[in-house]
Amino acid sequence: MARYILRRILLALPALFGLVLLTFVLTRVIPADPAATLAGDAATPAQLAEIRARYGLDRPLWEQAVTHMRQVLSGDLGSSIFSGRPVMEEIVFRLPATLELTFVALLLATGLGVPLGLLAALNHNGPIDHLARLISVGGLAIASFWLAIMLQLIFAMDLDVLPLRGRIDVALGAPPTVTGFFLVDSLLAGRLDLLVDTLRHLALPAVTLCLPGLASIARFTRSGVLETLQKDFVLYAQAAGYGRVRLAAIYVLRNAVTVTVAQIGLLFGALISGAVAVEAIFDWPGLGTYAVQAILSADYKALLAVTLVVGVVYAVVNVLVDVAQALIDPRVAEQVK
Amino acid sequence: MTALRHLLRDPVAALGLALVLFAIVVALFAPWLAPYPEDAFESRLLQRLKPPSAEFPFGTDNLGRDILSRVILGTRSAVVVAVSVVLAAMLIGVPVGLWAGWREGWVSETLMRVTDVFLAVPQLILALALGQLMAPGLTTAMVALALTYWPFFARTVHAETRRLRGALFVDALAGIGASTPRILLLHVLPNAAPAILVRATIGMGFTILTAAILGFLGVGAAPPSPDWGLAVAEARQHLPEAWWFPTFPGLAILLLVLGFNLLGDGLRDVADPRLRRGR
Repeated sequence: MARYILRRILLALPALFGLVLLTFVLTRVIPADPAATLAGDAATPAQLAEIRARYGLDRPLWEQAVTHMRQVLSGDLGSSIFSGRPVMEEIVFRLPATLELTFVALLLATGLGVPLGLLAALNHNGPIDHLARLISVGGLAIASFWLAIMLQLIFAMDLDVLPLRGRIDVALGAPPTVTGFFLVDSLLAGRLDLLVDTLRHLALPAVTLCLPGLASIARFTRSGVLETLQKDFVLYAQAAGYGRVRLAAIYVLRNAVTVTVAQIGLLFGALISGAVAVEAIFDWPGLGTYAVQAILSADYKALLAVTLVVGVVYAVVNVLVDVAQALIDPRVAEQVK
Repeated sequence: MTALRHLLRDPVAALGLALVLFAIVVALFAPWLAPYPEDAFESRLLQRLKPPSAEFPFGTDNLGRDILSRVILGTRSAVVVAVSVVLAAMLIGVPVGLWAGWREGWVSETLMRVTDVFLAVPQLILALALGQLMAPGLTTAMVALALTYWPFFARTVHAETRRLRGALFVDALAGIGASTPRILLLHVLPNAAPAILVRATIGMGFTILTAAILGFLGVGAAPPSPDWGLAVAEARQHLPEAWWFPTFPGLAILLLVLGFNLLGDGLRDVADPRLRRGR
């Protein structure tokens, strides 16, 4: 198992190395002149030259590539060409907000998707099955930004039962920072009022974000369970007199759920993508909002840093998912050899 | 034909096909179907933000334009974007997949590692970065989407080619002296076609969604284009009063994507009976 984990981590490295190269190519080969963007329309050639010199844009391409590589490896992603602050600092500050939102969404998606898929399979071609199919197809077709606005319209504006935007009530203030996760920090500070307020703020964005995930998890669980139900050992357990619930929970689900776990890795990418629009709509102070601001202000340094960080987070999650899959089903690790 | 009959036997897939065909008809005849086709560009400030009525079934927007007309006119750009992005992605991805799946060696290895790099970042993030670095606009957004979607085709075709390379009929063809291009184009590609078709159909829905997000974030279509994502973005400033403004363009996105997804599902069932839902 240890060898499998090590191997899986080594396999992720070339892709990350390629990603660093790709981000460099993106900034240098694609025509828009960053120096001109920075300086504005009224810049004189002298000002342009000065900016090029300050950001190293006047060096030969290969030299810039090497510098880029060295900086990224040492965790220095440069300074925002807009605010002048180190990009890494801003990202580290915002990452917990995005991770908190995506983890809660993932939890919702799994917590609702797996039972829904299981019920659908046990109720094959029955009404629950059709309902599950509707949810799983509709959930993938709905535009997250539209759903977010509709939920805001209904629950925050018309009914006025949930907050419209933000991560926590400004009047209450954020809990003292320990982990950056408000759910954890408010518990650590023993402030239940903050915990409740955080949950209320999380409700709409998390529900919006979880829907595509819920859809595919329900779908994969359903097909996994249906497939497992055909297996001989299930027939044997049935013949031995196991009840339906026990059979489903112990025998079928564990075998079926490996497919679902593999899916979670892919889902994480969809969640991060979804978070960009959802965060922008709910004013969630995370990476997504940061990326949108970077787009609006043409801050390519910030945008590339977000791309890189998301790539790294994505790679880490996928390694974790593969390891989890191997732990649930040791045959997965065997197959790789 | 048998495949079509199989497809139509599944009511949900048939619904998907109907939605897609409906959207194509609307897209083709948009200027004749829209009650106020000139509303694509003209504004009428005297009748701004009117709720749905017999005159304007979907209401009017912040510039007094008929939303029904703009939803109909927007169908054309949504379909055009989806088709061109998926075709462009296929043109890159299919040859890459065929080559990398057929040949062994460093070229194939490199191609597949490049694919991995593209798949190592969520598509939207990469498209955003690309779209921003090249001057933002609809064309840029389409290029960015195609450049980030081809790896999915490359993966699919690579897997199919690898599977077929060891097949007996391919050995036999090589044995009777068929050239590699002939084997790949006339024999391997047709066998991989169902998988490509399923990937393309699902890709259409996916592209429409991602293009809408790009439009919403201001990296795609620019005003006054009747783009659905853009309309939802413009509507945000007029909430909660003008509920109809974001509702109908969003529903249009939902129905079209739903159509492609249902159709893709149905096609997958026909192409690969092992995965058939109804089992």
